[in-house]
Amino acid sequence: MTPTVFSPTGIRFENIDKRYGGLYALRRVSLEISAGECVVFAGRNGSGKTTLLRIAARLARPSSGSVSFVNGGEVRGTVPPAGFVAHATMVYDELTAEENLLLFARLQGITEPVVRAETLLREVGLAERRNSLVRTFSRGMRQRVAIARALLNEPAVVLLDEPTTGLDTEGASWFAQTLRHLRDSGRTILMSLHGESEVSTLATRAIRLDAGAVVADTLTGANFRSILAFANA
Amino acid sequence: MALHSNTAVLLGKELRTEFRSRELLTTTTVFVLIVIVLFSFSFDPTSEESRRFGAGLLWLAFLFAASLMLQPCFLREQSNDTLSALRLSVSDPFAIFLAKLVANTLFLLLTELLLLPVFAVMYNVSVLPMLHWLVLVFFLGSLGVSITGTALSAISAQARMRELLLPLLLLPLLTPILVASTEVTAALFDRSPYVQWKGVGFLAVFDLAFLTILWLLGEYLLEE
Repeated sequence: MTPTVFSPTGIRFENIDKRYGGLYALRRVSLEISAGECVVFAGRNGSGKTTLLRIAARLARPSSGSVSFVNGGEVRGTVPPAGFVAHATMVYDELTAEENLLLFARLQGITEPVVRAETLLREVGLAERRNSLVRTFSRGMRQRVAIARALLNEPAVVLLDEPTTGLDTEGASWFAQTLRHLRDSGRTILMSLHGESEVSTLATRAIRLDAGAVVADTLTGANFRSILAFANA
Repeated sequence: MALHSNTAVLLGKELRTEFRSRELLTTTTVFVLIVIVLFSFSFDPTSEESRRFGAGLLWLAFLFAASLMLQPCFLREQSNDTLSALRLSVSDPFAIFLAKLVANTLFLLLTELLLLPVFAVMYNVSVLPMLHWLVLVFFLGSLGVSITGTALSAISAQARMRELLLPLLLLPLLTPILVASTEVTAALFDRSPYVQWKGVGFLAVFDLAFLTILWLLGEYLLEE
């Protein structure tokens, strides 16, 4: 991966509630994620993992509570420095891989978008297919474009919502390697996963959510494997 | 500045994807063509009747075509959750609306201008002497349709029964545009054509008012 230019950033969730009508997706979630941590959120479907990540990405607004990015002990502004990769690829099927990256690079005001797109396409192994429409790509290749898009602005925080869903063994293995690079470069990583995998072994902390609440955290003594095993049950 | 540059980039994307697939333009053009031809065959209007009723028929066909065209506007951003990627990338969410409504206006205007000669021939209405005024009315009408339609497309895309919801919301809301556009167009089709400034003014005010509302509320329409 490209040499990093970001400054290490942590995330602070304070008393986050998220309600959809009368239904609670998240209940009083308070977490302090330190800069450089690689945190895996585990839990059953509907436990609130995706909602928490989307709130961290500022795609959803909490019903109450706040989320802030902490940089060197100081709370940063409201602009999210986060790259977001979801189960959906978040790229356009009817554009080529290069056109997708150029589109989002220009929207983000990245200087020299062509150079940045080229670099990232090379890094995710899609330089040869840069001019192919994304709709002709396999699931694994689409996910590579998605990761390249998320890394366009050198984010200090990377949010991954079930990023390995639908990937074959080779794709998951490539993803694990990429994640290792991201983690080792000092980025803060938050990801949601279903159960144990090659990817989950890279996490430095595991948190289990159930019915929108944090019920176990390795930081407070919970067992890492039991959190993931429970989520997989 | 960021609003302008983001809008320009997004407009480029909208135009590129549409001209690559031509899905919307083909569908709406064929739809309006069918309506014009069917009405012509069903009623076989005289030249005088065409002058009286042609404008209304034309704008009804445009409105139905617009509801077809506007349906996928935000819906196709959902299949891959590209709307989230856009929201994360733009500095002003209004740019997303602005690009879409400019693109929709251009597509609608193109469809209208393509089919105007067909209408003129089939209904024996002379359009050339007042063509520049017709283009102005088509532009103002299409802009109003696109502004309201783009906003409602964002709302309906998140709802259940979304395919039915947009026309149900859109068509009643566009009644003022339909009435004003029809009146102005009918005046231009008249044996002694004239510009009905009251209608033109109404269309301009409608467009400005709804654009302002969209600018104020657009961010909330995109929220989850």
